[in-house]
Amino acid sequence: MADVKKIATRESYGRFLEEYGRERKDLVVMCADLSGSNKTDYFEKAFPERFIECGISEQDMLAEAAGIAHSGHVVAASSFAIFAAGRSYEIIRNSIAYTNANVKVCATHGGITVGEDGASHQTFEDLALMRVIPGMTVINPADDLSAKALLRQIFETDGPAYARFSRSGLPVIYDEAKAREVKVGKALTLREGSDLAIIATGLMVSAALEAAEALADKGVQARVVDMHTIKPLDEEAIVKAAEECGFIVTAEEHSVIGGLGSAVAEVTSQKCPCRIAMVGQQDVFGESGKPAELLEKYGMTSLDIIRAAMAR
Amino acid sequence: MNVNELKQTARKVRIDALRGIHAASSGHPGGSLSSADIITALYFSVMNIDPDDPHMKGRDRFVLSKGHSCPALYAALANRGYFDPDEMLSFRRLGSFLQGHPNMDKCPGVEMSTGSLGQGFSVAVGMAIAGKMDGDSGRVFTMTGDGELQEGIIWEAALSAAKHGLDNLIAIVDWNNLQIDGVVDTVKKVAPVDEKFRAFGWEVFSCDGHDMQDILDTFDKALAVKGKPVCIVAKTVKGKGVSFMEDKAGWHGKAPDDEQLAQAIEELGGEK
Repeated sequence: MADVKKIATRESYGRFLEEYGRERKDLVVMCADLSGSNKTDYFEKAFPERFIECGISEQDMLAEAAGIAHSGHVVAASSFAIFAAGRSYEIIRNSIAYTNANVKVCATHGGITVGEDGASHQTFEDLALMRVIPGMTVINPADDLSAKALLRQIFETDGPAYARFSRSGLPVIYDEAKAREVKVGKALTLREGSDLAIIATGLMVSAALEAAEALADKGVQARVVDMHTIKPLDEEAIVKAAEECGFIVTAEEHSVIGGLGSAVAEVTSQKCPCRIAMVGQQDVFGESGKPAELLEKYGMTSLDIIRAAMAR
Repeated sequence: MNVNELKQTARKVRIDALRGIHAASSGHPGGSLSSADIITALYFSVMNIDPDDPHMKGRDRFVLSKGHSCPALYAALANRGYFDPDEMLSFRRLGSFLQGHPNMDKCPGVEMSTGSLGQGFSVAVGMAIAGKMDGDSGRVFTMTGDGELQEGIIWEAALSAAKHGLDNLIAIVDWNNLQIDGVVDTVKKVAPVDEKFRAFGWEVFSCDGHDMQDILDTFDKALAVKGKPVCIVAKTVKGKGVSFMEDKAGWHGKAPDDEQLAQAIEELGGEK
């Protein structure tokens, strides 16, 4: 796996903005003293007149974003996930979502792979916080090309959205052809199988594919579903997985409370009860370390998925 | 509208605001009455708006950051022709477009849904930034309470407004000196507000928020300022115009009963 090409989805986001800014003259990009980290600096260099540096004021940035959006613009506002979704939650709820403002909250540095910065900068709650807000679209892409495909769609659709991107490189999964199949709200089956279904999101999609490969060697055929859109959730794909596989492993770089695992369980418990094992952050804070070390220590690797699958 | 007509209109705005709160048995009379003269001046004299075309390009916009004072805003919009003043009686009722705090999607003329304090001020800064970016001639007005200045986002946004030199933005502080838990400077002192905004890079004017001529003159001065945002500190009285409500924190969020409404309307020179 050492030679697998990796691209951080924050890089995908930055490149998307730079390209999309040429098409959309009404696009405004905002940041809060993290333009280099969020990769909004590519847009800043290309379109300085439409870039707004807000300084270390995430709440102000997001309320201002609503004001700019209600003046006829589409706005991309960026910070780390913890400060965007966490610190500014109620502003996103009241000034952006409640007013149906055309603001895309684009958060980078989601999850534990923030790494060395430690627990204060890692986020396991953002997908949960964002998906409970009425009218929010919530995406969590697995790789470069799927991120760009999803970004284009959320920017082409009026209304609020939350997107989570990684700090660290994510293995390339999608080629150009496969990326054309990526649709907001529609889960994509990346590998067929009916012994169990692994429903994964973000970084954990590549881990799920690795796990499925290893499981196949043991004679277990696992379906792998990329649930890149947390909201609106593709209930049909979940019900199908429950009916056809009878056992689901959810995998997310997020708390098992409130995120993908919970969302899947909400669907199965009401429409097609089925046993679920949840791989994710187990209701604890993180710590400093290298991303790979942290994923291993906190149980978010392909091995953890395999263990959950074998216990079916 | 001349000053006398504006004064008469402000009385109607006060009466309609109280009628709404009375009908709902719920709402915020204190801050509605303290802000009524300024809101009347804005909607009937200062702002370039068209009730027949609420989304007119280049219009001036007002964001009521202290959203709980919406009875005054609704009454001004109604009397200005955005909707029938009798609709005030549906205030806070199930299904009404006159929500407990302003909703821009339901109520014509409301530019921003507010209620969570501090946010409207920051949204107004965003609108003014967009206005500069787009070369829009419309100006942005926003009103905050004095207690509302305890919200941190106000000061984040104040820095932004100064950074962008937003001379298309005028913020009015409704300085009525009271908040729910008592006197503002006892609950958490925010004075001196003028010096604070000046230190944040704003031009600051003060006025008597119940003297219509003073209000108009101050807006004239504010609109002439170039290169920086303007804050108008308007000295007001909570519950202004109704003797038993004046300067009483208890009337922040309490509705008058039948008798109290009748007395209030009488004091305001209204009918019955």
